Amino acid sequence: MIVRKPLPRWADLILVPFLNLSLAFAISGLVVLMIGESPVEAVKILIFGAFGYGEGLGYTLHFATNFVFAGLAFSIASHAGQFNIGAEGQAYVAGLGAILVALALDQTHWLIVMPIAMIAAAALGGFWGFVPGYLAAKRGSHVVITTIMFNFIASAFMVYVINNFLKPPENMAPESASVVNAGKMPQLREWWDYFGYSPLNVMFFVAILALILTYILLWRTELGYKIRTMGANPSAAHYAGISNSKIVMIAMTISGGVAGMIALNEVLGVQNRLVLDFVFGYGFVGIAVGLMGRNHPIGIALAALLFGALYQGGQELAFMMPAVTREMILVIQALVILFTGAMEGLFRGPLEMIFGMIEMSSSSDDADKDDASASSQG
Amino acid sequence: MEFFETLVLLLASTIRLTVPLLLACLAGLYSERSGIFDIGLEGKMLAGAFGAATVAALTGSAWLGMFAGIGVSVAMALIHGVASITFRGNQIISGVAINFLAAGLTVLLGQTWFKQGGRTPQLNGDARFNDIDLPFVDQLADVPFLGSIYTHLISGHNILVYIAFATVPLTYFILFKTRFGLRLRASGENPKAVDTAGINVNAMRFKAIIITGILCGLAGAYLSTAQSSGFIKDMTAGRGFIALAALIFAKWMPIPALFACLLFGFLSALGNFLQGVELPIIGEVPVQLIQAMPYILTVILLAGFIGKAVGPKAGGIPYIKER
Amino acid sequence: MTDKSQANEQRPDSAAASQIAPALAIELSGINKHFGPVHANKDIDLKVARGSVHGIVGENGAGKTTLMSILYGFYTADSGEIRVGGKQVTINDSSHALELGIGMVHQHFMLVDNFTVLENIILGAEDSSLLQPSLDKARKVLAQLADEYELNVDPDALIEDLSVGAQQRVEILKALYRGADILILDEPTGVLTPSEADHLFRVLETLRAQGKTILLITHKLREIMAITDEVSVMRQGAMVKTLQTKDTDPAELAELMVGRRVLLRVDKGESVPGDVKLAVEDFVVKDDMGITRVKGINFEVRAGEIVGIAGVSGNGQSDMLEAISGMRKAASGKLLVKGQEIIIDGDDGAAKMRDMGVAHVPEDRQEQGLVVTFEQWENAILGYQDDDAYGEGVFLSIPAARAEANEHIKKFDIRPANNRLKVANFSGGNQQKIVLAREMSRDPDVLIVGQPTRGVDIGAIEFIHNQIVAMRDAGKAVLLVSVELDEIRSLADRILVMFDGHIVGEADPATATESELGLLMAGVSNDDVSVSNGASVSNQENVALKASDEKSAERNMQGESK
Repeated sequence: MIVRKPLPRWADLILVPFLNLSLAFAISGLVVLMIGESPVEAVKILIFGAFGYGEGLGYTLHFATNFVFAGLAFSIASHAGQFNIGAEGQAYVAGLGAILVALALDQTHWLIVMPIAMIAAAALGGFWGFVPGYLAAKRGSHVVITTIMFNFIASAFMVYVINNFLKPPENMAPESASVVNAGKMPQLREWWDYFGYSPLNVMFFVAILALILTYILLWRTELGYKIRTMGANPSAAHYAGISNSKIVMIAMTISGGVAGMIALNEVLGVQNRLVLDFVFGYGFVGIAVGLMGRNHPIGIALAALLFGALYQGGQELAFMMPAVTREMILVIQALVILFTGAMEGLFRGPLEMIFGMIEMSSSSDDADKDDASASSQG
Repeated sequence: MEFFETLVLLLASTIRLTVPLLLACLAGLYSERSGIFDIGLEGKMLAGAFGAATVAALTGSAWLGMFAGIGVSVAMALIHGVASITFRGNQIISGVAINFLAAGLTVLLGQTWFKQGGRTPQLNGDARFNDIDLPFVDQLADVPFLGSIYTHLISGHNILVYIAFATVPLTYFILFKTRFGLRLRASGENPKAVDTAGINVNAMRFKAIIITGILCGLAGAYLSTAQSSGFIKDMTAGRGFIALAALIFAKWMPIPALFACLLFGFLSALGNFLQGVELPIIGEVPVQLIQAMPYILTVILLAGFIGKAVGPKAGGIPYIKER
Repeated sequence: MTDKSQANEQRPDSAAASQIAPALAIELSGINKHFGPVHANKDIDLKVARGSVHGIVGENGAGKTTLMSILYGFYTADSGEIRVGGKQVTINDSSHALELGIGMVHQHFMLVDNFTVLENIILGAEDSSLLQPSLDKARKVLAQLADEYELNVDPDALIEDLSVGAQQRVEILKALYRGADILILDEPTGVLTPSEADHLFRVLETLRAQGKTILLITHKLREIMAITDEVSVMRQGAMVKTLQTKDTDPAELAELMVGRRVLLRVDKGESVPGDVKLAVEDFVVKDDMGITRVKGINFEVRAGEIVGIAGVSGNGQSDMLEAISGMRKAASGKLLVKGQEIIIDGDDGAAKMRDMGVAHVPEDRQEQGLVVTFEQWENAILGYQDDDAYGEGVFLSIPAARAEANEHIKKFDIRPANNRLKVANFSGGNQQKIVLAREMSRDPDVLIVGQPTRGVDIGAIEFIHNQIVAMRDAGKAVLLVSVELDEIRSLADRILVMFDGHIVGEADPATATESELGLLMAGVSNDDVSVSNGASVSNQENVALKASDEKSAERNMQGESK
């Protein structure tokens, strides 16, 4: 008889993602081969481009900052059992809050702009998460569909707002006026020129703080406890007197708020103005980051770094290898999402059997545990 | 008279914009009716468009291109199937991956093969589906009203337009009048009932997503070899998601799907038409509002404020027989 | 589809049955089935005579449904032999079972809700790739079957618009349409009103008269006595015994179902009941499907007493527990805690009840009482997460929660004594102790306990029982719901018997006999004039019942005079 055992923790946290990731990269390698380039060479360029020099590392960390926020947004909702694929739209509308505050307070100090812009961005992003949460909790809408729709509504809304209200009359391009002073998030190269011309800015530290705060929220507060209980076992949450509907709404709001931080990093950290589609798919990558990071801040940090490296290294690759375009990143990203997310069972099943066999051959001490669980069916 | 001519042109534009939505919407209908969520319509359509344009460019035949587009799209559908049916993976995540994969591969391969920044070469002549004039167009052209309607609305489209509209009654027939349709619908509602009736649920679902692939491929072929003359990067531009919205709006029914797609197609034509136009009294119309209407309407419908859209009950849940 | 020739055969009623050659419709031998570590069917042997109604009884989880699913090809047995009509067969899937003439009416109907009756009938049994011919044929056959068996349903109605009874008729029709000779019905009356159930029994009798073989799975003894020719009893995955129905009685069956366990003696003194702490008045509760499960009950629980609710599972106890613990809004009636009426609204009613000092050990610890993917210390505060004892303000103090968890481990001897272990890795008994420790340590005024020892090993049972008695002695009001009659008898100070959503009797554990309680639990009552074929309740039983009725009436009066 084939016995499947739940995988040990290390295998679950390290072995399975490692195997899935390896497969995704192996197939990416095949794609590189197919377009007539050397995968080994490509990996070298990619790694050097991402980590080999200051500016590259700066870009890597800058992208990783976005992915930390997007990954956290996905996983906070995920902990409450909600599938929020609306980080893209939530970050997009948050950009409005960020730029309005920055423009208004451009003549003050960035230390004043930053917290207020963060609050404004979080409020708008949070609202954009709250509404799908509310519709799911109170009206039974499907969170996935609603958040997809909200991404597109956000997109149309932002085009309208930028074109009709934010675009200075003298501008041709659909973008807001630029912040020139305090509205810009200071870039780290101002203090440390090691990072070259990379746009790595203070939001990087906010991302680190967000990782820590998310850890505290989820594992050190009553609310986090409720969120996790709700996600792990909604009936137990109900039994414990936790309002399922409230938790869904709260988690979706926080999730949207965190996604909104992407706006500060991009709008006030790089562009210095609100441009169309500045979120650039970062919100979607958050799904992959959250999945790979097993919804834990440490995992998310690592996965965000990986994707950051992929984005920066990929750009370097597109530059160095003429046959490889920027879209190679999308392909690798797709394969990573496919194998670490949707086809997660590919290795898990066989591994469970292998571990089952290993344990079968050395499991006499486990016998009483099995008896106990067998009798619990009585 | 001028108003009438404008209206006819608007409606003709509506029909052209409706076609890809309709094909993709019906594609999603097969998949979702069998119990497989599909947010990867966009990706399959894009891949289909690329496949069609590539082969049409290489062979000079729009028809061969179309079959290639279908082939590519079905291959993407099968990836979704293996992930979500065979490995019981999350159907949403798999759909996201399909969309990224298509967005990336089309440009990457397009650049490798044609070196035109991700575009395929310009298609001419038989490499495109050209507009067909139905009989008596010339004779009727001068008849007031009727002539205009006949020439612009009924005649003068390419073959894929007629195929797309013919797919609606065909889908209705397959879904509600055949054994296959009965079993397909049952798989999406109560797979256990299907299983206990001695039918293989997963096989039914695979058949459904292959049809989804075929229709998405057609939609893609329409975009790149009929509506346009070649593939350009990201040419689906969210149509796969509007199709998804239309599917929900139509409550997963083929005939209402036609009307939902026509409505959304009309909104999109109207949006193009009113771009930058100053209307009396209203002033400039917020085009974005018109563009967002499909999504807004869908959200409102999903929330049960106007009727209630309830999808196939077993949608999104992998079928697992043994405990 | 139906075989007319069989209809003309002699009616095989119980008298005539012996004259017909006792050919076996089904013979199972040595059937085993595991689900992971659970041994759901242990070496099952079963013989079912052709043209008979064969009952299979057992408590929930006894393995009845698994066995029938194996026969129907829905699961494959790990080992064992199946013979249908004398021929050995392997049934790999449902279509194979259908070919062999086996049809099944599942407990949860296998119907597509938004399909019409006709569409459901032909699903999987279509004759051609176009539907219309099959639909036309089914319409004719249906009309015919309706005449023959009193199985009337509107062929064009949508399933979701039909009553539960009508849906069940569709299930039966589905099986007959496919030419089933052997019909398996899994808990067919669980969802039916009494009159629908009577109708079903008439249908079954007609089917038997036409020569069909019927396997009836149920835990309701009244039904077994009323309709079956033979009855097999299952317990904990094993086949206990097969009896001729006419040679047995509900009390014997109840005993076989539950098993005569070693009566665990619980040392407890006289109870000293105090004030009423918990009361329900005309309490009505509906389940998620909107079916009324608790049909207007009244009782009260005083400080310092254990009130035990006995009954066969599925008679409304679960829904009552959920409503009393604040998880479910009652449809009508009052819920009073310490004299104060509690109104549940919103989905966090359980918190309200906990605030009122009502602790709750739920029936299903893994589904409700625990988050098995959480560590033990996290489960030690489930339901009490807002308490300032585990962290000031919004924060959660891990040291405080872990200290509490360690306290529980020490006091309740939870093993292994590791608060960092995930609850899934504890044995059933220790999981239950984790729940009990949490609910008892908070000094509640009222303790509600559902199935406290389900799936718990003997050693832990004794410990748990002693803890419950200790709660009573500490002046708590304890409401105990259990399907284990012995448990109720050894723990409760008063016993209420629940049947079909009603409290049908009250008994004194010191004097009530097992058979008295068994009859009440089986729902045998005075107005229960039997449905058919001589399965009426014997006089003797009626007398016993009356006696217990009188007794409870007496006690009620005493209660009032107190």
